[in-house]
Amino acid sequence: MKRIEDLRVKDLRWLNSSAYVLELEGTEAIPDIHPGNFAEIRVDGQPEVFLRRPFSYLDCNAEGKTLKFFVKAIGKGSRKLGDLQKGQTVNLIHPLGNAFSIPENTKVLLCGGGTGVAPFIMLGRELKKKGNLVHIITGGRTAEDILFTEEFETYGDVYCTTEDGSLGERGLLTQHSLFSGETADYGMIYACGPEGMMKAVAAMARKWSVTCEVSLENLMACGFGVCLCCIQPTVHGNLCVCTEGPVFNTNDLRWQS
Amino acid sequence: MAKLSVDIHALNLKNPVTMASGTFGYGDACTDFFDPALLGAVFIKGLTLKNRDGNAYPRMAETTGGMLNSVGLQNKGISHFISDIYPRIIKLGTPIIANVNGSTIEEYVELSTRINELEHIPAIELNISCPNVKEGGMAFGVSCPSAIAVTEAVRAVYKKTLIVKLSPNVTDIAGMAMAVEGAGADAVSLVNTFLGMALDAESRKPLLSTITGGLSGPAIKPIALRMVWQVYKAVKIPVIGMGGIMNAADAIEFMLAGSAAVQIGTACFVDPMVPVKIIRGMEEYMDRHGVQEVSELTGAMEK
Repeated sequence: MKRIEDLRVKDLRWLNSSAYVLELEGTEAIPDIHPGNFAEIRVDGQPEVFLRRPFSYLDCNAEGKTLKFFVKAIGKGSRKLGDLQKGQTVNLIHPLGNAFSIPENTKVLLCGGGTGVAPFIMLGRELKKKGNLVHIITGGRTAEDILFTEEFETYGDVYCTTEDGSLGERGLLTQHSLFSGETADYGMIYACGPEGMMKAVAAMARKWSVTCEVSLENLMACGFGVCLCCIQPTVHGNLCVCTEGPVFNTNDLRWQS
Repeated sequence: MAKLSVDIHALNLKNPVTMASGTFGYGDACTDFFDPALLGAVFIKGLTLKNRDGNAYPRMAETTGGMLNSVGLQNKGISHFISDIYPRIIKLGTPIIANVNGSTIEEYVELSTRINELEHIPAIELNISCPNVKEGGMAFGVSCPSAIAVTEAVRAVYKKTLIVKLSPNVTDIAGMAMAVEGAGADAVSLVNTFLGMALDAESRKPLLSTITGGLSGPAIKPIALRMVWQVYKAVKIPVIGMGGIMNAADAIEFMLAGSAAVQIGTACFVDPMVPVKIIRGMEEYMDRHGVQEVSELTGAMEK
């Protein structure tokens, strides 16, 4: 069940010059959150950042009543949110959206570009719990963009690419040697990140005949299905990313045409 | 205890706080947050005869103190509404008002005829002010002869409360209101969104796929308030006011300027609890000011 609540800022930790982890703490039990779900965070309600901003959960600790979000400070909202101080409160509408499918006892590949890695800590944990063999590949422009490697290593094998070659293989994520085979024995592939990267992963998955799920980040006004602004064209018509997504099976998206 | 109920022609609302079309789905999207039975009424998402996919993404751009949208009346058409949506929303405990759209007068008439047969829909809001469709929509609402023609045609087939939603994209909104009043409207609602535009200096590209869209949110409130006041002075039928209402004070200001009831729209995107907070705030205001009936506030601005 969706809810609206005020949470306290427990910590705001900058990871590099442009990205931070926002940790929030509640007084009541944290609702049931699944990998892929997101929250609409009210930034400050001021005219310049009038609408809420949607963020995937980076992590959730039900016992500790804490939630984490990974934010890249790229726009007005994400920069303003980075000014929050410990002890301040923020208002959330959450949990929103659908969740990634969780298969059992298969081999899976998680592809994260930039901030697209955000949902993969929770997803990797859940996939490992269900007996899956997990491969995680992250891509970025430079080594500074490759984050959360230690967390990912607790769930599976971790690979990375950087465009400048400062870490992992040089090039784009889908140029990694993991993608060089004509076939692959993955049971499921997940992608989250820039649209071009997700489309490239989806094309590989199609070539390999592997089911692929992506998490989309379309612009939203409401986040709960009433404004019809965040639509994505699909084989089922225009669907709201906030309620029918953000996770979509790439077979349902009109990406091939 | 202050009395909140108001009458809009034959329509009795338990309070004057209603949800604007296109901002609250079909009335049941926020049941996790509050009971829609608390609301005066819900103006549901705009209906058309046939399925409409709406405009291409992107359809939304945040602007200072508001947002632009160019959704373009995405809905699955009246038949789908009657078979799949109507049965589930008639038990919400709040009046459901259909927002009616067409690209020709014949479409408006056919749609209104079909909705007239729906027992649990007590009123329609004739939308002659949508800025985001190529044909019809706002074209009917920016010239008096076409507004009169569509209102008269629908009046001839629609027997319940007929509310006409006015466009602010006109030079003389009072004249438009008088025209539809003369054509048989039982009430007017205003304002729909203002035609606006946003672009990005760096990329030199528009932010909406349609380039232009409708502006809503607190940025438009002073203009909407002025238009409500002008219309209130010009017509005898009830005025339903809207345009950037974010809190109880905003809603009361719209009442004082002449609204018999108000619609809450964009505020719901930011905080879905706003309508409930406004109802409570209105009661608190009435107690504090010794107002017995909320209808006493309509047009009660003191000069």
